[in-house]
Amino acid sequence: MWQTAVDILGPDVARLVAGAIGLVALVQINTLFLVWLERKVSAHIQLRLGPMEVGPHGILQTIADGIKLLGKELITPRHVDRKLYVLAPIVVFTGVLSCLVVIPFSKELQVRDLDVGVLLIFAFSTFNVLAILMGGWSANNKYSLLGAIRSVAQNIAYEIPLLLVVLNVMMWTNSLQMSIIVETQSTIWNVFWMPVAAAIYLICATAETNRAPFDIPEAESELVAGFHTEYSGMRFAMFFLAEYSNMFIVTAVATTLFFGGWKSPLWLDFLPVPGVVWFFLKVYALIFVIIWVRWTFPRLRFDQLMNFSWKVMIPVSLAHLVVYAGIIKIIG
Amino acid sequence: MANPLPESAFEQTYYLNMGPQHPSTHGVLRLFLKLDGEYILEADPVVGYGHRGHEKMAESHFYEQFLPNTSRMDYLSGLIYNHGYVAAVEKMAGIAVPPRVEYIRVICAELNRISSHLLWFGTYLLDLGGITPFLYAFDDREHIMDALDRITGSRLTYNYCRFGGVAKDVDPEFARATRDFIKRLRSRFDDYHTLVTKNVIFINRTRGVGVIDRDAALRFGCTGPVLRASGVPYDIRRAEPYSVYPALNFDIPTGAAGDAMDRYMVRLREMEQSLRIIEQALDGLPEGPFKGRAPRKVRPPKGDYYFAVESARGALGYYIVSDGTSYPYRLKVRVPSFGNLQVLTEALPGTLVADTVAILGSVDIVVPEVDR
Repeated sequence: MWQTAVDILGPDVARLVAGAIGLVALVQINTLFLVWLERKVSAHIQLRLGPMEVGPHGILQTIADGIKLLGKELITPRHVDRKLYVLAPIVVFTGVLSCLVVIPFSKELQVRDLDVGVLLIFAFSTFNVLAILMGGWSANNKYSLLGAIRSVAQNIAYEIPLLLVVLNVMMWTNSLQMSIIVETQSTIWNVFWMPVAAAIYLICATAETNRAPFDIPEAESELVAGFHTEYSGMRFAMFFLAEYSNMFIVTAVATTLFFGGWKSPLWLDFLPVPGVVWFFLKVYALIFVIIWVRWTFPRLRFDQLMNFSWKVMIPVSLAHLVVYAGIIKIIG
Repeated sequence: MANPLPESAFEQTYYLNMGPQHPSTHGVLRLFLKLDGEYILEADPVVGYGHRGHEKMAESHFYEQFLPNTSRMDYLSGLIYNHGYVAAVEKMAGIAVPPRVEYIRVICAELNRISSHLLWFGTYLLDLGGITPFLYAFDDREHIMDALDRITGSRLTYNYCRFGGVAKDVDPEFARATRDFIKRLRSRFDDYHTLVTKNVIFINRTRGVGVIDRDAALRFGCTGPVLRASGVPYDIRRAEPYSVYPALNFDIPTGAAGDAMDRYMVRLREMEQSLRIIEQALDGLPEGPFKGRAPRKVRPPKGDYYFAVESARGALGYYIVSDGTSYPYRLKVRVPSFGNLQVLTEALPGTLVADTVAILGSVDIVVPEVDR
């Protein structure tokens, strides 16, 4: 079948089509799993059982929820800016899919190994902000607008330290290509070279994905549901899918940049485990930490959040960049 | 050149209706906020969405028939409302109360106070975005519910007190369950302090937020933990002692700054004091009847009567005018939440929308009590 596809479409297009189908499937299945995981982890943190009814330990619960969301009517409130309102969930999804294109799941499993892979990811991940702003503005609801404003301010504030620490990795590995970044970590992961950078990256990534304790754009006790207050049915589900996929992307990027990508830890090299398994293990371990944080901490206030970025994160990451630039220059 | 845009396009402020349907207004409170960006310029609490006419209802009911209404005003401290009402009517009609009854009432009232404070603790953290402590608090609260369910037959809107007695005697099983609970909750405070009190995000969200100074608290008629957090050690249980409280040993925790953190600490320390009270009351629980002699139909003599107790939220007063019949001529309830809510008009301006939730939560209002 693959041969037929290659014959008809040519190798490049066939690879793209297969990649697109694979990524959409990954986004859906990953979200179904993550939602279930989050509900289960939070339940056990909170002395509950979580979903138990649909399937063994409720593993099929999210599928049932997804079917429910698909079956719901798409309500468009009368006072919304229709074009933007309809476009926002599509835009948010585009960004997510584009980011996944360059993620190296294993040595072979990568849709496109671009030489500007890292750049592409950070370019397309800002689509998220654009979509939130579009959704929040077009909904013509004060809570949505407040959520959208907060989201934009927050994402700008946390993108700067995020990119500054990623620059460290770029200098160290001398490349923007994901596969090369993974290759340079065959002996020692970047996280051991620059633990502070990895920590800053993870904090900023949590803020970028609007997860607690940085979930102020959708702070439900203040802003009802923030920017997606007026969305329902599958349009709401698109934001939901994007949120969980973004979580996957930022942790996948963290795995690639700092935790050795699909490489196994050196002392476990003898195990016949394929790289893709290691990759997903690392990603889900990081996601588990993010979930754990969410269900432990209260939410920061908006101005405290901004202060934390501008007065702590940005100076620290700038200093980190200067120090590591010096070190790399000396080591040569 | 004439301005092409309407005047309204240049307005820097806008109005936000927070509630009556909003996840953090705890019921049907409506806050009318005038905002500049996220800063609050004016705040106006609009009450009345939960009005049920309890006071008017009392005028057409026998004294006994009004009992179930009391616990439906403040549904989180129903037993204290029960207690206050029967104590007021007992004072009017001169009904004697056996000592065992007083002890049972105090035990139940303090258990109810703890359950109310636990629920507040949980929902307050929920307002601040921490979801896990909510479930921990509810897990603990469940033990109080079970113990009270055993003797009162209900979990929330109790109808337990009777004139001169209580509906059902307590049994050793209740005492054992209560003692187990005291031990359990004492061991849980460490968890609460580690998870919440020492959390830097929580401290940032509450320290210095929503300061209600001593003067404002007194002017608006605040009572309960809100007043005590502002440094006024006023507690009806000590200021106008009733029941067996004078015989019991407990402290009145107070704060100094009057911010949300102080109100939080006052409530947590009050729970510890309530545990002390329950322990002493269980130890001192005398034998005897659980029902005194009360007339079948209460007909208090003509006159005005006032009786106040300390509910979980502050001073709860029943003002009853009797014309000598078996119906009250007028029954007025002085509820603590009303004063505590009005102080928001002064505490909210100048803060952020996110603080609104932190401040509103910290004064702990119950809307059906405000609206009655």
